[in-house]
Amino acid sequence: MVIIRSAPGPIVLALILTLTFGATAALLTVDGSGGLTASDWSAVRFTLLQSMLSAAISCALAIPLARALIRRRFPGRAATIALLGAPFLLPVIVAVLGLLAVWGRGGIINDIITPFGIPKLNIYGLPGILLAHVFFNLPLVTRFLLQGWAQIPATQFRLAAQLGLTPSARFRIIEAPMLRAIIPGAFLLVFLLCMTSFATALALGGGPKATTIELAIYQAIRFEFDLGQAARLALTQFALCGAAALLALSLTRPQPIGGTIATPDIWPAHSRAIRTQDVAFLALLIPFLATPLALLGINGTAALASGLPTGLPKAALTSLTIALASATASALMALALALWLTRLSRVQGVVVEGLGILMLAASPFVVGTGLFILINPIASPFALALPITGILNAAVALPFALRTLVPALRESEQRFGPLSQSLALTGWSKFRLVTWPTIQRPMGFALGLAAALSMGDLGVITLFAPPGIETLPLFMYRLMGAYRMADAAGAALILMALSLALFWAFDRGGRLGTHTR
Amino acid sequence: MNTLLKAAALTLLAGSVAAQTETPTLTIYTYDSFVPEWGPGPKIEAAFEETCACDLVFVGAGDGAALLSRIRLEGARSEADIVLGLDTSLTEAAKATGLFAPHGGWDVELDVPGEWTDEVFLPYDWSHLAFIYDKTKLAEPPRSFEELAASDLSIVIQDPRSSTPGLALVFWVKAAYGERAGEIWEGLAPRVLTVTKGWTEAYNMFLAGEADMVLSYTTSPAYHIIAEEDDTKVAAEFREGHYTQVEVAGILQASDQPELAQDFLDFMLTDAFQSIIPTSNWAYPAVKTATPLPEAFNTLIKPDPALLLSAEDAETMRKQAITEWQGALSR
Repeated sequence: MVIIRSAPGPIVLALILTLTFGATAALLTVDGSGGLTASDWSAVRFTLLQSMLSAAISCALAIPLARALIRRRFPGRAATIALLGAPFLLPVIVAVLGLLAVWGRGGIINDIITPFGIPKLNIYGLPGILLAHVFFNLPLVTRFLLQGWAQIPATQFRLAAQLGLTPSARFRIIEAPMLRAIIPGAFLLVFLLCMTSFATALALGGGPKATTIELAIYQAIRFEFDLGQAARLALTQFALCGAAALLALSLTRPQPIGGTIATPDIWPAHSRAIRTQDVAFLALLIPFLATPLALLGINGTAALASGLPTGLPKAALTSLTIALASATASALMALALALWLTRLSRVQGVVVEGLGILMLAASPFVVGTGLFILINPIASPFALALPITGILNAAVALPFALRTLVPALRESEQRFGPLSQSLALTGWSKFRLVTWPTIQRPMGFALGLAAALSMGDLGVITLFAPPGIETLPLFMYRLMGAYRMADAAGAALILMALSLALFWAFDRGGRLGTHTR
Repeated sequence: MNTLLKAAALTLLAGSVAAQTETPTLTIYTYDSFVPEWGPGPKIEAAFEETCACDLVFVGAGDGAALLSRIRLEGARSEADIVLGLDTSLTEAAKATGLFAPHGGWDVELDVPGEWTDEVFLPYDWSHLAFIYDKTKLAEPPRSFEELAASDLSIVIQDPRSSTPGLALVFWVKAAYGERAGEIWEGLAPRVLTVTKGWTEAYNMFLAGEADMVLSYTTSPAYHIIAEEDDTKVAAEFREGHYTQVEVAGILQASDQPELAQDFLDFMLTDAFQSIIPTSNWAYPAVKTATPLPEAFNTLIKPDPALLLSAEDAETMRKQAITEWQGALSR
């Protein structure tokens, strides 16, 4: 490891700590008043409840969905796996409208059931929030699990078949250890994403009962200008997320290795019961994920038929530039941190990754406002708006990149470390010949996620938005804010298509050149 | 890697730095929907630049509340000369920051509900809050908050903790019912399908058929009539009167172009500015325009009385009014 000495890793960590704790501390310097009120604490309780449930349901459904996707071959399977990137990448308001087109009072489910005298479905409240959060995050967890399943050597399944293991024994011996490696981290990511949900939770929560900490932070910054209060709320959020991160990461066990890596395309014959179960999950969950997207697509296509809204290409170009820059920055940051992390002791590794993930728990309003306070005395935050947006987007995507890179790097080290050592392979040549091929796929996934996440981001840019610079989500939101809903639907479709294309291109890029599919 | 980040930053930066010129620049912070090419911003910019020998720049900064918090964050270092887009529920807090300078008065007749006495802010447009419904789906809309509470209709409203119309609704109930506001909210609670972060979410949910009515403005139907030739969206007229949202602009104390800024405020009350407002910001002009308003505006309801809390009352009542709202809706 000549070129990748320990320096970049700690530098990345320092950057993350500045963006999170540094920004929060900057708020505390402005002013301070009282503590958290009773309604703040009930917001804390509600936030925890909905995040736990959202993460638990997403993970519980992702296991059978991923297993069915791995085991079954059907037309459109590849497209389905590609589309799994979509819900997660949509701007909140678009996804909510898509979901309501299916589940809402005026949605297609009610159109179907009400003629039969079945009372109208009302999703507002906790069910609506969970529905949306599962819609967002089930695909993400499924993607993580697909990767885990792909890492299980096909020989293990063949061996299991030869030994005549029952499905439950096979699950216990082969699949459970993989789940143990993936699920805690995936649960954590979903939990953190739902913690900072605000617009979704409020819109589908049916009223102020569904207040999350994030709303209280927004109120403190925007309406009360009580930055001290915002900082205290942010610290509460960090404490909860930090505890969750340490717990989840310490429960994670590395995926056992052995044999050769190849997609398990030779599967033992399955019983009819297993096949039925797989088909049932696919038949339920794929429409659940795809119908809202399809409706958004239809809506958008109809709108685009009357022409592109002027200004859209420019906004799309700005978004693409930011997305590519922040994806690159994010992947490099993640790689630096992951390489450092895998050489630390287990406990140190958990702490560093926990801190690296903290960015997800950070309120964009706190980070944005804190940075504003930090930068304002030195330079105009306006002039730096685009680089700041890029770096913040990169930092937000970092946890996802870490979660996919760290296990891959650990495995690479375990599998090839001793061999490289005996061949005296170090530094760049080791990275190129040994490390890179094993992390190429996770790198592609990480780049794709980071680019697409950045593409759909509406948080940071609104705080700094410099004159004349408009990202595509901002452009779309402004259309909606000016009654121009049809144009907005067209812009949303283009945004969805571009995000998905970015994700697909990188994800695919990572797969080229390796022997696995 | 650090150099790479820097290089990326510089590349991005290159695009955002405006060319420096000799002509003075007047920077106006405003809300998001004012800036795009379909908003009033570009037309007003062109009209003012014809006379001012200056460069007028509009900067969009979220909504009204975001505008104020942005100004407070930037303090005296702000590049803004003028803030345009606060409403009277925020002006008292804005004055208390000491960041705004008094304006130089006005010499035209203002056409704004109530008497205008503010020495710091000048109005540029206004509209009333109203619940919008689709007349093809709802034949007999409620005529008061009490009728609404007694109905089986569903409404979508905005959260007063994150949205300016949401806050104005809380003031509406307060201005109409005073001490009884909490009780009115308890009656309305079952009618509230959901509460959204801002106007955009709520209005889109209404258009998608989620709720029977949505909190918006009396002027919203004018957009649908003029831009979409759709006259099905109508505002329900309430007996207790409708709350008024008056939008204002003010000059910043730290402006490096105070004279130019004053010129703009004067321009703001001329016909060149005011005639752009009705069909681009979808609100009533603050000064009678030379040509009458488009026909569609004659079909809009004309609420009586027009309710409006004074800026001082709004500031002192805000916390309590929000608490009452939250208490009633959290049950």
